[in-house]
Amino acid sequence: MTATGIGAPVRRKEDQRFVTGQGRYVDDFNRPGQTYAYFLRSPHAHAKIRSIDTGPATIMPGVVAVFTGDDLASDKIGGLICGWMIHSKDGSPMKAGPHPALAQGKVRYVGDHVAVVIAESLAQAKDAAEAIVVDYEVLPAVVDTAEAAKASVQVHDVSPDNTVFNWHLGNREETEAAFARARHVTKIDLVNNRLVPNPIEPRAALGEYDPGTDAYTLYTTSQNPHVARLVLSAFIGVAPEHKLRVIAPDVGGGFGSKIFIYAEETVCVWAAKKVKRPVKWTSDRTEAFLADAHGRDHVTHAEMATDENGKIIGLRVHTVANLGAYLSTFSSSVPTYLYAPLLSGQYDIPAIYCEVDAVYTNTAPVDAYRGAGRPEATFVVERLVEKTARELGQDPAEFRRRNYITQFPHQTPVIMTYDTGDYAASLDKALELADYRNFQQRKQDSARRGKLRGIGFSSYIEACGIAPSQAVGSLGAGVGLWESAEVRVNPTGSVEVLTGSHSHGQGHETTFAQLVSDRLGIPIDQISIVHGDTDKVQFGMGTYGSRSGAVGMSAIAKALDKVIAKGKKVAAHVLEASEGDIEFKDGKFGVAGTDRALGFGEVALQAYIAHKFSGQDLEPGLKEGAFYDPTNFTFPAGVHICEVEIDPDTGVTRIDRWTAVDDFGVIINPMIVEGQVHGGIAQGVGQALLEGAVYDQSGQLVTASFNDYCMPRAIDLPSFQVGMTVTPCPSNPLGIKGCGEAGAIAAPPAVINAITDALGHEDVAMPATPQAVWRAAQKARMPMAAE
Amino acid sequence: MTTVSLTVNGQSVTADVDSRTLLVQFLRDTLRLTGTHVGCDTSQCGACVVHLNGQAVKACTVLAVQADASVVTTIEGIAQGGELHPMQAAFREHHGLQCGYCTPGMIMSAIDIVNRKGNALDEQTIRAELEGNLCRCTGYHNIVKAVAAGAQAMAQAPLQQAAE
Repeated sequence: MTATGIGAPVRRKEDQRFVTGQGRYVDDFNRPGQTYAYFLRSPHAHAKIRSIDTGPATIMPGVVAVFTGDDLASDKIGGLICGWMIHSKDGSPMKAGPHPALAQGKVRYVGDHVAVVIAESLAQAKDAAEAIVVDYEVLPAVVDTAEAAKASVQVHDVSPDNTVFNWHLGNREETEAAFARARHVTKIDLVNNRLVPNPIEPRAALGEYDPGTDAYTLYTTSQNPHVARLVLSAFIGVAPEHKLRVIAPDVGGGFGSKIFIYAEETVCVWAAKKVKRPVKWTSDRTEAFLADAHGRDHVTHAEMATDENGKIIGLRVHTVANLGAYLSTFSSSVPTYLYAPLLSGQYDIPAIYCEVDAVYTNTAPVDAYRGAGRPEATFVVERLVEKTARELGQDPAEFRRRNYITQFPHQTPVIMTYDTGDYAASLDKALELADYRNFQQRKQDSARRGKLRGIGFSSYIEACGIAPSQAVGSLGAGVGLWESAEVRVNPTGSVEVLTGSHSHGQGHETTFAQLVSDRLGIPIDQISIVHGDTDKVQFGMGTYGSRSGAVGMSAIAKALDKVIAKGKKVAAHVLEASEGDIEFKDGKFGVAGTDRALGFGEVALQAYIAHKFSGQDLEPGLKEGAFYDPTNFTFPAGVHICEVEIDPDTGVTRIDRWTAVDDFGVIINPMIVEGQVHGGIAQGVGQALLEGAVYDQSGQLVTASFNDYCMPRAIDLPSFQVGMTVTPCPSNPLGIKGCGEAGAIAAPPAVINAITDALGHEDVAMPATPQAVWRAAQKARMPMAAE
Repeated sequence: MTTVSLTVNGQSVTADVDSRTLLVQFLRDTLRLTGTHVGCDTSQCGACVVHLNGQAVKACTVLAVQADASVVTTIEGIAQGGELHPMQAAFREHHGLQCGYCTPGMIMSAIDIVNRKGNALDEQTIRAELEGNLCRCTGYHNIVKAVAAGAQAMAQAPLQQAAE
């Protein structure tokens, strides 16, 4: 391993600009003649719009234009789309209601887009928005996930019972048979609380139109600018694909919420042509709470069957998933193919059956949030496994070990073929790092101080690197999920890598450069990683689902192989040797068995001056591209152990210890990987202890600011103990599995398992606030009196 | 419109501003110092922290006119002569940032913590003192390490503290 190669904890190249305030985020861009957009949003969760009078607003100071849904419709701008088709059990396609960028006749959640004001300043746009007169006929709202299908309120005409689909996966008969012969059945009811992603950079969009070239530019806070361009052009019809440049510069966190194509960027691009000036919109935090896609929001009943030997023989799950008022870009895939295929966890479960009913409500759209379906699946499996172990009187670690999959490849009953792993190795290491053998001593110490100590396990698995395009296509995806890369070698020997992945905190400028440095033997400071601009990078599928390493870097590796192959041809001409005799090693092209060799830079220069070969023999230049389509999902897995101490008098839960042992396959930069684990755990702990989006019965979002929605702060978290085990992924050339979501997937059940262990009471909902824990503690003490 | 005159990162600036202009808007929109960020609208997240007369403030909670005749230091003003401030260097060395959006506010708050609490900071003190700064990426683990290391490094670099 070199100091900057694969496996080295290289300090990040991008940090120089970030620590000096020189990062360039969308809101930092300003274009000549720029105007400001402000969206008038619905104050009602559900209402018919009888009329909109924009007249009073248009005469307000500084107002350039006011537009409504009618203006979009008259320009034939289409609605927002959901790009993953799910079919119900009966074969019928999901019921997708219309999703206009600006409301047409009806609003369906608080924050829904009614009109846009474009003005010389943001303050003037806000002032004018107040002057728009909207005549609403307020309708009753449906908010509750579990009750939505029974409600008399109807969110969309296409779905009389508010149901998007009734979907299932697995084998019902085999699962019923397993339960029929079970020695023990464990039952659980779970709510996976609704979350607001809250990257600290709010979303923003800046649209620009050049009449001279009839071309549009959109600066946007996107995790996948090419997908945004494709959707905006091919489906929404704002601009032709070849006339639309989408730039996603530095982006301040995404966590899924910046994958999707929203109303605001659609309107900004379209309006830039209408007003013939650049149009800028930057979300404030309240708007982010109201209108960014939320995450999770499942209500689940699940049962686990075990035999007389304590082996899990069956799992059946029924989930109601709230998708909000409209189907966001990938919403339908989250509670289906990103969820149920993970219900086997790390366990050899011969029979699984899962039903998912997805519903509309008068709430913000719900889509992928860090982990996306996999945290929900892991919460079901790991809460059930823990509860089963307790009901059987078995050690939770040993119960897991007894049921682990040990032979690979392993075909689960729910689609996935796990390629490799060593789950017991991660468990052993985690038990050691967590000092599990002395837990009882610590529990007694806590008890002496009047505190309740508990320990909780989470043996999670996830499917990442999404995914083979054919596979996801067969499951309903509207796109392929490969990645692209182009390696441009300059005559001076420096290298630019153009990647379809997008970095919004992951450190690609460093890790991707490490791969190039490792392969080409050139210094890391001679390598630039270019991403986030559709005029520079031809196409790409972007960053989500922990795919940039396993898929994005594999594409780069493939392109690098081609560069080396071309370099050998050039070197053969220059060294007057046969191409088959040229070896590339330690950054030099040499003739095998001799000391004749050329440095990488010399070969690059020779490729461009082209004096040593004829155009008939070889093309000049050194530039290669590759598309990489994975052959399987990847399967990161690990064991997290959470140890809590609870004050039974106040219900306050303090996380005393956190141990994470993860198997991410081959690691490019351990410093960055550990950072991803830390951040993921924090979001998972946030879900378990602090965060919850709450709508009241009228559909008002009660938690629409950082005052009301409890984000994890430094004082809420411990330092984390992070360890690794490695089984290289066999399905990609680098052996990478992916690490971005593991913490958020693993953490919630680890926390709740620890709290329920401490209390000796299973009914603890997320977020386990002090009040919720205190109430549970009372029930545990006095089961009869507490209610 | 009101005229404000103040010193920002050692330079005198005078401008006419709408009276409702926030200090953070003045820095970002008028002076184009875009290193100071806006992450919320309730003075919770701390992405906009700058130093006003040597003390950390949330620039979203101060009107530009309130900063009249004051000395303001932003993230762009703490590196000296091309050398990173020790706290900037510590955030880089300890991977105390990922997306970088909260980072300017974190660093400005961290320097203020050191100014108030000294150079030997334990973990609990740092965690408690970071109450006003939200990070969604790092889980704070490496920020805490960076602040502790940056605080120690600041003791070795008195000139940089004096420069503020």
